[in-house]
Amino acid sequence: MAAQQPMIVLAGNPNVGKSTLFNRLTGLRQHTGNWPGKTVATASGRCTMGGRNWTVTDLPGTYSLMARSAEEEVARDFLLFGGSDAAVAVCDATCLERGLSLALQIMELQPRTVVCVNLMDEARRRGITVDVEELSRRLGVPVVGTDAGHGKGFAELLEAVDEVLRQKPKAAQIKYLPPIEAAIQKVMEVLPEETAGIPSRWLAVRLLEGDGPWEELKKRLGRDIREEETVVQGVREGKKLLAAAGVEGTLLSERLVSCLVWQGEDLAYGVGKGPAGGASGHGDRLLTSRLVGIPLMLLTLALVLWLTLWGANFLSGWLTAGLFWIEDRLTDLFTALHAPWWLHGALVLGAYRTLAWVVGVMLPPMAIFFPLFTLLEDLGYLPRVAFLLDHAFQKAHACGKQSLTLCMGLGCNAAGVVGCRIIDSPRERLIALLTNSFMPCNGRLPTLIALITMFFVGSGGSVQAALLLTGVILLAVGMTFAVSRLLSATVLRGEPSAFTLELPPYRRPRLGQILVRSVLDRTLFVLGRAAVVAAPAGLVLWLCANLHIQGETLLFWCTAALDPIGRFLGMDGVILTAFLLALPANEIMLPIVLMAYLSGGSLTEIGSLTVFHDQLTAQGWTGLTAVCTILFCLFHWPCSTTCLTMAKETGSVKWTGLGVLLPTAVGVALCAVTAAAGRALGLG
Amino acid sequence: MEHVTSLPELPVGEWARVDRVSAPPAMARRLMELGLIPGTRVCRVAVSPAGDPSAYLIRGAVIALRRRDAAGITLLPDGEEEEVWRPNNQ
Repeated sequence: MAAQQPMIVLAGNPNVGKSTLFNRLTGLRQHTGNWPGKTVATASGRCTMGGRNWTVTDLPGTYSLMARSAEEEVARDFLLFGGSDAAVAVCDATCLERGLSLALQIMELQPRTVVCVNLMDEARRRGITVDVEELSRRLGVPVVGTDAGHGKGFAELLEAVDEVLRQKPKAAQIKYLPPIEAAIQKVMEVLPEETAGIPSRWLAVRLLEGDGPWEELKKRLGRDIREEETVVQGVREGKKLLAAAGVEGTLLSERLVSCLVWQGEDLAYGVGKGPAGGASGHGDRLLTSRLVGIPLMLLTLALVLWLTLWGANFLSGWLTAGLFWIEDRLTDLFTALHAPWWLHGALVLGAYRTLAWVVGVMLPPMAIFFPLFTLLEDLGYLPRVAFLLDHAFQKAHACGKQSLTLCMGLGCNAAGVVGCRIIDSPRERLIALLTNSFMPCNGRLPTLIALITMFFVGSGGSVQAALLLTGVILLAVGMTFAVSRLLSATVLRGEPSAFTLELPPYRRPRLGQILVRSVLDRTLFVLGRAAVVAAPAGLVLWLCANLHIQGETLLFWCTAALDPIGRFLGMDGVILTAFLLALPANEIMLPIVLMAYLSGGSLTEIGSLTVFHDQLTAQGWTGLTAVCTILFCLFHWPCSTTCLTMAKETGSVKWTGLGVLLPTAVGVALCAVTAAAGRALGLG
Repeated sequence: MEHVTSLPELPVGEWARVDRVSAPPAMARRLMELGLIPGTRVCRVAVSPAGDPSAYLIRGAVIALRRRDAAGITLLPDGEEEEVWRPNNQ
């Protein structure tokens, strides 16, 4: 009997639009992207559509419930023990067979299942039709066609779930070869009545295979079922039957999988009609070829960066003008209220100005890059990147999927760290995790852009800047390879693991939806962080710059202390202080530098980047300083969020420490060498 | 005439049928779950510029496999149906 608030579980292959479905049902914003393995943990939400009140859980995408990868265990264990009241098995209309094999496995564990054939729009576009009625007849459960991306088919889906909640359907069973069926019968005969709600047929197969969730089962039943005499007998007899038919050892697992695949094929036969073959075959041949593949990838990166630069330029202009107008009005207000100079200083010159800087200069690149990146994700281009880069990762004894976590790191290092869960092998996962911070995240991008634009762009304009920025990012990628190789040769030695990567068909990205939502999300996020981190940081900085101890300001003491190290690294004490203070959020680093230089000084405005450039050179900055700052920006300790995330993901102080130390050490080394070389050449 | 090659040797754009899957158990199972069971038609779709990995069309999906992992999959020419016993679909 369904509970007051039934729990519905979403399961299915990776990359079938499960997360999109989940987002629509619950109104939550789980991040979706068109490459397999995006969802790495379960997510829960509430569905209140049509007056219903359901809890919906989204399981990680899996290819089956039998193999031993972490995601598959999570999915299987949730279906077994998670207390779901019904399940939705989500399939891809253009790849029905595989989805149906998994649907059968889901139905075995949760008979109240609705099969959801998603991506019907993609199928239609490729001329594929699916006969859902016939499929429903064959499967014995309701089958609904949907297009989650455009919100079609939801009413029918919800009704179908209502139906299975009301009445348990007669779900089709997985059929095996006769010797296996006979063996299963033998074991089922000896199984106890009470098996903690676990289907006895499934349990019988697991006992024959020897692989199952025994620990959890022991907890629920209060005893280890494998040790009961009758069960042991039954299993032995079953195995004898199997041996007589030549099915021994690992052959059993292979036969089980084969039967599932065949049954999926049979179920899909005649139900899914249309042109055969993957639609992206031709496109991929070109896009990954020797001539076109890598150059195109580099071009795409450069193009995205150029668009970011160009668009940010415009936005910044307007935003900063508006924000400084507001600052003047605030000053007027404070004057009119006869507010004390220190209050005006702390709140307006400190907190507000820093906030204005972040919003005016740092936000625009972030708000443009992220949606562009999401667009590429949605298109399905990222797995192709992994395909192109895998060989290099193999040489570094790392996993090809690291290129995907690398890309995630371009958005946000903390997200990249979590994303490393898509890598099965713990050793390779750790390598990806520890090197993720080498990729400049969204928060560091504006700093790089500002520095490059100020010091290294002549008449070449934004194109030149984009090319330089591309070069900088390639440097980061190269360093990632180098350090990965180093790690796999020293503390994380081991063999490369098995690797399969699905290249999903290119999907038409939902432009309007993606762009608007992404821009809004990113803008709100950065604004929020600006208010919570940047403004207080500016306030603290102003205080440090105006509180005097022993004749000098606090700020002076701090920067003076760090100055020797700073200069050694080609920078100065102020820059180093700024890096340290930017621990909570990388994007406040340049604003802090500016504030520190301006503190208590006579300069009163923050203008365009040209003005900033002049102010920096007045403080002694040279091209060498800019280079070293860029290098240190690329390679220094991760932000606090990333550090915390690393600690959570690794559960180890040792590895987190290494994750903090590695980029810092590389940054220090590179800067020291560059500074020395520069000085020797007379450039500094 | 028996003409058995392994998956990485299949020319790009050509089809063949899977004869046998030899690989470490975990990898073998993963490959079979993706649909590479004896009798399945498979086509090599693309090769990475470095020569490894390659992308294969397997039962409607494109999967990239490293040479090392795909080497254990032996092939029969397309059109030659293997004798495979299958359960009744009822």
